Amino acid sequence: MSGPSSYVPQTAFTRWLDTRLPILRFANDTIMTFPTPRNLNFWYTFGGILTFMLGVQIVTGIVLAMHYVPNSDLAFNSVESIMRDVNYGWLLRYVHMNGASMFFLAVYIHMFRGLYYGSYKAPREILWILGVITFVAMIATAFLGYVLPWGQMSFWAATVITNLFSAFDQVVPHLGTAITTWLWGGFGVSDATLNRFYSLHYLLPFVIAGLVGLHIWALHVPGNNNPLGIDVKGPQDTVPFHPYYTVKDAFYLVLFTVLFAVFVFEAPNMLGHPDNYIPANPLVTPKDIVPEWYFLPFYAMLRSIPQKLFGVIVLFGSMLTLVFIPWLDTSRVRSASFRPIFRLLFWILVVDGITLGYCGSQSVDANLPGTMFPLVWVARIGTIYYYAFFWLLMPLVGLIERPGKLPDSIAKPVLAK
Amino acid sequence: MADSTTADPTRRDFLYIATGAAGAIGIGLAAWPFIDQMNPTSAVLAMASIEIDLTPIQPGQAIVMTFRSHPLFVRRRTPKEIASAKTVKLADLPDKLARNENLPDDAPATDENREIKSEWYISSGVCTHLGCTPTAFEGDYGGWLCHCHGSQYDTAGRIRKGPAPQNLAIPKYAFLTPTRVKVG
Repeated sequence: MSGPSSYVPQTAFTRWLDTRLPILRFANDTIMTFPTPRNLNFWYTFGGILTFMLGVQIVTGIVLAMHYVPNSDLAFNSVESIMRDVNYGWLLRYVHMNGASMFFLAVYIHMFRGLYYGSYKAPREILWILGVITFVAMIATAFLGYVLPWGQMSFWAATVITNLFSAFDQVVPHLGTAITTWLWGGFGVSDATLNRFYSLHYLLPFVIAGLVGLHIWALHVPGNNNPLGIDVKGPQDTVPFHPYYTVKDAFYLVLFTVLFAVFVFEAPNMLGHPDNYIPANPLVTPKDIVPEWYFLPFYAMLRSIPQKLFGVIVLFGSMLTLVFIPWLDTSRVRSASFRPIFRLLFWILVVDGITLGYCGSQSVDANLPGTMFPLVWVARIGTIYYYAFFWLLMPLVGLIERPGKLPDSIAKPVLAK
Repeated sequence: MADSTTADPTRRDFLYIATGAAGAIGIGLAAWPFIDQMNPTSAVLAMASIEIDLTPIQPGQAIVMTFRSHPLFVRRRTPKEIASAKTVKLADLPDKLARNENLPDDAPATDENREIKSEWYISSGVCTHLGCTPTAFEGDYGGWLCHCHGSQYDTAGRIRKGPAPQNLAIPKYAFLTPTRVKVG
């Protein structure tokens, strides 16, 4: 759909500029006239919301960096000074802190939307994979950032996550230890670790911004998928991006920022862990160490495996799996609206994700409430379903399922309503 | 270019390969300082050993010291704790190696191989799963329980249950006097 440009420079200056650096033409074709399917619903507004959140995190992050000190003796106090002494420091930090949660809330909705409407299917495989890489970069950034306040949860999160690499000791003796020593710059998480984490936490958002650029580029070659999952057949199926989707995106963005503001102003610490207001202590591990809510499903998978190396493989494999989705789905129909079996399995996956998240939030030896059934077994079943969904059910269902009848065009069912 | 398909390598082919090889080596050499700078600095590597005074530690008491920026467990075991560690069969242990730097690498994980003096248990306080610090006197085996992911160690610091793959590591140490021990 990146067809011929419709941009016509109106003034002498823009005509002069257009023959030298056609930046206005690029902007016009990308965000003004870009032909977009006319039936995009609410779930398609999260791309814009995510771009906004990236901007919020970069702006608040750069400002926080002016007051933060990446030194293991001073980091905790510098964060407290931001909270108490720096003008509006509390606001900037709470926005940045809750912004990470909002960012992940939006990205999970965005990913599940892509999964539901088959937005990863040809010709959008690269678009999907770029999204997965961005998601992994977001995970890395969030983890690195969580370490910076140098509270108890920061310190022990850094210890546990970097120790995942020590599992390589079971593959090649001493390899894992060499990797963790290299990551730490010492024999444990220390000042050297904090410094490099700070450096990388500052770098990665710009890498994400670059990935988002590629993601949008890859989107603008085939154009948006849509809730019907059928291709655009002609101009009657599309509307220009502006004003139709700029306004729609802006409307839902405002609603989203209302939710964001509720957390920032009314419950800024609800999603965090109180132990992170205790300065890091390398000798005492907190009673229950829990990651941020957006990592809980993955954490539950790691914990459900009683063998170290296998647990680490399952954890990383759960993210790597996402890369292969375009080829694991064998159905010729994109949208789950026309796929009854896939739709059911999809919603079970959503419930599975929430269940795994719950398991991850509870202590290791907890039982299912009101029963004697250990939660670790719930997490095991959940982990098996996660893998089975992508590697078994997805290829199989595509072959045996009988999809509903697809509409002739996007315009037809829209106009029929 | 009809003769570009001939089997004989030309001077140009040689130059391409030589340039490419020199370039690859150059990139490797240039990259190494950027990789190696992340390893521990000389100051970190020069960390000294520590000496511990054992007099204040009572039977049945466990303390945590700092050794090379990691926790170090020192525990004065009761006769009952020693007995329970000695009765364990080697076959019942998930990790059958002593993991004791004072002994050869292949020493079996008997209770005798886990301490220099039976009463004094000394080991790293780093859970061999993902590096948390286990809590003493908890878990089914009366040794340590790691709250992060539920690994359980017995009173000789041997892994008995949970995801940790190895027994707690024992660093080099020696008794300077009956009540003073030097670690490292």
